Amino acid sequence: MNARAPTVEAGWNPWRLPKLRRGALAVWHRNMLVWRRLIGPSLLLNFGEPSMYLLGLGFGLGHFIGEMANMPYITFLASGIIASSAMTTASFEGMYSVYSRMVPQKTYDAILATPLEVHDILAGEMLWCATKSLISGSAILVVAALLGSVSGWQALWALPVVFLTGLCFAGPALVVNAVATGYDFFNYYFVLALTPMMITCGVFYPIDTLPEVVQRLVHLLPLTHAVALTRPLVSGQPVEQPLLHLTVLLAFAAVTYYVAVALTRKRLHK
Amino acid sequence: MARADATLCAARLRAQPDRRAQLLTQTPATSEPVVSARALHKRYGGQSVVDHIDFDIPRGRCFGFLGPNGAGKTTTLRLLLGLTPASGGELRMFGEAVTDNLPALRARIGVVPQADNLDPDFTVAENLEIYAAYFGLRRAQVAPRIDALLAFVGLAERRGARIPTLSGGMQRRLTIARALINEPELVVLDEPTTGLDPQARHLIWGRLAELRARGTTLILTSHYMEEAERLCDELVIMDAGRFLAQGSPAQLIARHVEPEVIEIRGNGAGVDELRTPCRVERMGTSVYCYTAEPAPLLEELASRDLTFVHRRSGLEDVFLKLTGRELRD
Repeated sequence: MNARAPTVEAGWNPWRLPKLRRGALAVWHRNMLVWRRLIGPSLLLNFGEPSMYLLGLGFGLGHFIGEMANMPYITFLASGIIASSAMTTASFEGMYSVYSRMVPQKTYDAILATPLEVHDILAGEMLWCATKSLISGSAILVVAALLGSVSGWQALWALPVVFLTGLCFAGPALVVNAVATGYDFFNYYFVLALTPMMITCGVFYPIDTLPEVVQRLVHLLPLTHAVALTRPLVSGQPVEQPLLHLTVLLAFAAVTYYVAVALTRKRLHK
Repeated sequence: MARADATLCAARLRAQPDRRAQLLTQTPATSEPVVSARALHKRYGGQSVVDHIDFDIPRGRCFGFLGPNGAGKTTTLRLLLGLTPASGGELRMFGEAVTDNLPALRARIGVVPQADNLDPDFTVAENLEIYAAYFGLRRAQVAPRIDALLAFVGLAERRGARIPTLSGGMQRRLTIARALINEPELVVLDEPTTGLDPQARHLIWGRLAELRARGTTLILTSHYMEEAERLCDELVIMDAGRFLAQGSPAQLIARHVEPEVIEIRGNGAGVDELRTPCRVERMGTSVYCYTAEPAPLLEELASRDLTFVHRRSGLEDVFLKLTGRELRD
């Protein structure tokens, strides 16, 4: 006690860089165990929903549309919803589930009394969100393959893309979660961000049918890049500018993770 | 429950002489305190919640923070655990500044929060397993420890039970077991028995006394004087973020109140006519007469038609004297 200890506040900056540590896997593992408990209804949702979509819209609507962008409509649609479901799955998990753990269940308060810190928790949550995206994307790919709308094994490359897409959308969901005042708060993000992306980013129709100004805007949205990767991989066409698309997804994931960590630190370490 | 009470009494009886022995042999001046704070303060907005407090917590002792609701007890604990940044001052734990390498510090601490935050998606044993994983402890490594901890808190038979099916007392005991999963040197408990029935409370007191007897340092907050009097070697009474008094329960009683008190019930009617001098305090429908010489007053009361109780002064009398008798919320 001879030397003066630094003041407690020194070094306390919510915007300090997060460190990636193994502890994140403990958080991921916890979520995995909970999911395993509820595996029945989860898988039913993962397989049931895309089956309906692909059968109903793919065959039904596809009957009138025929081909779109040089592929059967059902292939076009399947490759689109693989990306969009990665987005919605990660977003749901990153908002509703994470909020439940953070606020009513106080799970994070319990974890923060251990050596794990906010950046470990959120890294674990992001990995978990992406894992759920992967589960959902795999289910759709299986259904699409069974319906004969996947051309070849190269389609499996869509799965790492789906995982990355999950990370990319888990980040913003965690940012929204960090400032959320309640579950209803998430409606803003759904209506203002996710639904517009779902409609405009090339899931249901090619983006080159949009007015040029809108196209330019749409190229700034991450879902566009996710679709640009999954579609050719599923349909067996060459992937154009893969590095650009991967970089956009990665950059979104990294930046939003960083912002989410800072905002969550501010919220939990008040 | 009878059997549990019996073991608990035995535990307390065993613990008491140990504590005395340790008190006599320990020389805190030579061993570094587990926690040491200087001019520690915390402001929210413009308001001081913790207002320049100084304290040292010696190793192996039980140290209590007592105070009414809103006194700053929980904030003090959050500062200790590095869960909230201080507005200033110095804080060391195990000789290190609290902001240096928090994960390493937390690996040596167990925490029992005020509100139970057990994981509702898992069973009793799984809660401990999963919590151990947050400390980087492997499953095989903690399996025997989990058995021992469940036995320690009397939950061995409920290891497969889901959290929502446990009573409040069981949840609290499991939270205590969870706080011990990393074999901590220091356990921090925020109001460990608030809201529990007397049986559950006594069981927890027994376990805490046992921990303390094994040499674990305990820090607790409470507004139950009985709890503090039983468990704490040293305590501070705080209000509005400041310490009003500090010492052992016996020291505080000796220093701040007369040794005996006579409580006269019934709206204080007729009390004003009493001739024997004593320090009088009123609360609710009772009048409290504090004195070192109760005999004359007792004699006088015996000759009058008044309901009264005579007892030795306790920590509660100190607490009420220092923090005032008006209602807090």
